[in-house]
Amino acid sequence: MSESTADAVIIGAGIVGAACALVLSSHGVRCAVIDAGIVGGGATSAGMGHVCVIDDSEPQFALSSLSVGLWRELRDRLPRGAEFDGCGTLWIAANAAELDAAGRKAERLAARGIRAELLDGASLAQAEPRLRPGLAGGLLMPDDSVVYAPVAARWMLDQAEAAGSRVRLGGSVVSIGPSRVGLENGESISAPWIISATGVWAPQLTPGLPVRPRKGHLAISDRYPGLCRRQLVELAYITHAHGHSDESVSFNLQPRPTGQLLIGSSRQYAGHDPAVEPRVLALVLARAIDFVPALAGVHITRAWTGFRAATPDSLPIIGPHPAQPRLLLATGHEGLGLTNSLGTARLVASHMGLEPAPIDPTPFLASRFRSAIHG
Amino acid sequence: MEHRHAKVVVIGAGPAGLAAAARAGEHGCSVLVIDDNPDSGGQIWRGDHGLRARTWRARCAAAGVAFVHETAVIGESAPGTLVAGRPRGPMRVRFERLVLATGARELFLPFPGWTLPGVFGAGGLQALVKSGFDVRGMVIPVVGSGPLLPVIAAYLRGRGARVPIVAEQASAASMRGLATGLLGAPAKLIQAIRLRAALWRTPYRTGYWPVQATGEDRVREVKVSNGQRTLTIACDALACGFGLVPNIHVASTLGCHITEGRVDVSDLMRTSREGVFAAGEALGVGGVECALVEGEIAGLAAAGAEDEAADLRGRRARARAFAGALSDAFRLREELRRVVDDATVVCRCEDVRWGRVRARSCWRDAKLQTRCGMGPCQGRVCGPAMAFLRGWRVGDSRPPVYPAGAKDLAVALGSAGASAAPDERGLRERTNMEPER
Amino acid sequence: MAESVRLIIDGEHADVPRGTSVAAAILNRGTWGFRRSVEAEVRGPLCGMGTCQECRLEINGEPHQRACMAMCVDGMVVRTGRASD
Repeated sequence: MSESTADAVIIGAGIVGAACALVLSSHGVRCAVIDAGIVGGGATSAGMGHVCVIDDSEPQFALSSLSVGLWRELRDRLPRGAEFDGCGTLWIAANAAELDAAGRKAERLAARGIRAELLDGASLAQAEPRLRPGLAGGLLMPDDSVVYAPVAARWMLDQAEAAGSRVRLGGSVVSIGPSRVGLENGESISAPWIISATGVWAPQLTPGLPVRPRKGHLAISDRYPGLCRRQLVELAYITHAHGHSDESVSFNLQPRPTGQLLIGSSRQYAGHDPAVEPRVLALVLARAIDFVPALAGVHITRAWTGFRAATPDSLPIIGPHPAQPRLLLATGHEGLGLTNSLGTARLVASHMGLEPAPIDPTPFLASRFRSAIHG
Repeated sequence: MEHRHAKVVVIGAGPAGLAAAARAGEHGCSVLVIDDNPDSGGQIWRGDHGLRARTWRARCAAAGVAFVHETAVIGESAPGTLVAGRPRGPMRVRFERLVLATGARELFLPFPGWTLPGVFGAGGLQALVKSGFDVRGMVIPVVGSGPLLPVIAAYLRGRGARVPIVAEQASAASMRGLATGLLGAPAKLIQAIRLRAALWRTPYRTGYWPVQATGEDRVREVKVSNGQRTLTIACDALACGFGLVPNIHVASTLGCHITEGRVDVSDLMRTSREGVFAAGEALGVGGVECALVEGEIAGLAAAGAEDEAADLRGRRARARAFAGALSDAFRLREELRRVVDDATVVCRCEDVRWGRVRARSCWRDAKLQTRCGMGPCQGRVCGPAMAFLRGWRVGDSRPPVYPAGAKDLAVALGSAGASAAPDERGLRERTNMEPER
Repeated sequence: MAESVRLIIDGEHADVPRGTSVAAAILNRGTWGFRRSVEAEVRGPLCGMGTCQECRLEINGEPHQRACMAMCVDGMVVRTGRASD
């Protein structure tokens, strides 16, 4: 039975595990990254690749704004295939109430040093002429960006490997003991630190974690360069409660650097079945066409689903497992795994004593769900 | 949006589809055939007015079989309701029984220069000539593999092209094995002799395969090699195909089991899905005889005439055995895996070159890291090529089956599909409008 | 002689017999490059039966139409060779 050692075992080669490997190996930590599948094979490849500041709660704002800044610092090092595009986000206000709310949001963000530009209806139409006429305005967040996550994750792991870490793919983890991880084939890896970046699969390895799969549908088109310039997202969430309904659909359109259009999105608590649901796909497309009528004739080449790792309070779980202080959890990012991966990695590094905490780590600790987790 | 309904719906109007439709119709079922092409016959009988094609078309007509052409099935909006795309908008088709007769497409293997304009699929070039492409006076080598190469060469000659060579990659030794096998199939033998007569001035070289096509803006020259000798042939176009690949995307989208790139069926052509049958090349390439008998079995079984269907099983076994002998004889040689160089484009939609894709660990890894197979053909060309070159399992088909307009999809897949557009107010009521993360 | 239809290919009139595919009509004019690939290589039809997507071009203002599957009709306007289609 083969037995090896490392300074840290990272379970999961998605964007969060890869970012942890990148940051930890920069501190001289030799990581062993393990994944049952391929690099970025889970939510990392299913998601849109939107890197954005979200301010629906203080901790979310702290983590996402930290992370957006870290992504910008990384942009010049990323390979071309990571398709980093600083296209920004344009939040769309459909009516006057939403525009008012957008104005307040812009002020809040400005007070915290985040660039946000309020557009009236005319400026919006000028910025994105394919939006339907009559929209009230928008909020431009020029520092948001778009990244192709699977290639970014692969690059992060390449950097980690160059710094002495190793990546072991196709190996399923079956047990996490103190300072030891056991694989399906009998192999085991010992390390003082274990990091679980297993996204939606976290409850299988660490039972009791309140992480639920939240299904999403996306579609991508053939190439239509120039149809829109920014990532366009409807702002209606400001006037509607950000809740946990079983099903919701919102307009979200991303121009890929290839000229393709990525069209989203849906959120469902609907079990684990990855099948594309025709009804939901139809709703996603209809909503997109409602905002951008020119999408009607656009050829859809592919549609797929993915599962976000959702928590009850919409915040990720980052920090020690309540019963195993050297098992660090890094999961529950819902749809913000790509955005928050870099900030998460910094928090993980701070829990290992490698650097000071960049933001207050308390809101992300697993112990906030104490009742749900029994080591 | 147009709605249609039939007891038995058949997808594909090639030999298998026509046979299935005729048999089910003759047993009193209402039958609707959906086909992507302007006319029935599939690729093999495209524009063919030969006896068998005429016979099966006539049997369909006599049995009252209905056809919708230029219509591509793109998905299923609810169990038992297909969604299809047409030039004039989408349609929905309800079925009680479904027969998948989706046929096959050509296998293309990459070699340097294969992306030049003027390098056509062998069957592809034939289809283009049948739809009006005038090849009179052109010099067109026919290269690749399979029993269709001489057929296509003869066709091109008949349309005025000069075919300087038919280069079959299979060795003479494996072809001799086939010649013995032919004795058991007189119809095939007669066909082979006829072809030989048509080809008497065209050298048919076994054991030669294409290694490079060159030309500035289009192909002007092709090199074929037997490993020792390389022949350089000047040309105006090149016809090139390496056999056929089953079309399984519809079956896969409908949730039918697929094994090694073929639809799984019982001996009565039942797929893993209740009420869904499959026949012909989608079960593994077998040729016209095989497609016809499997179509008959599927049509009869779909109509509930299972005893009659069961009687045809012997005929099917013989046809499949012959197909097996063919595929052994034309087995692709190792050397074809070494013709590509690092600069050779493998995925033509996304211009992914061999040098980038060869080091990936599996098909999905290649898709995610290089975009191979992520373009509009959805891996229909590069997928089978990579399966051959790297031994990868290639098979995650995702809806829609074919690229389709966003509005057509929204209307046809949606629950509000009966109206011209989804009801906007209803849509808003059902949504909670959260931001995407 | 079959009945003919008149269409416009790259700005020029073309008269072709009814039943001619757009791909065949273009090839018959001596135009072999239908589109430019994502790396700007010139490409033309390959499979001839609607699967490979190499013959995509603009028909009546709509991009990404398959020339091999479209039949020529009177008044059709076809444009080849757009970069990065």
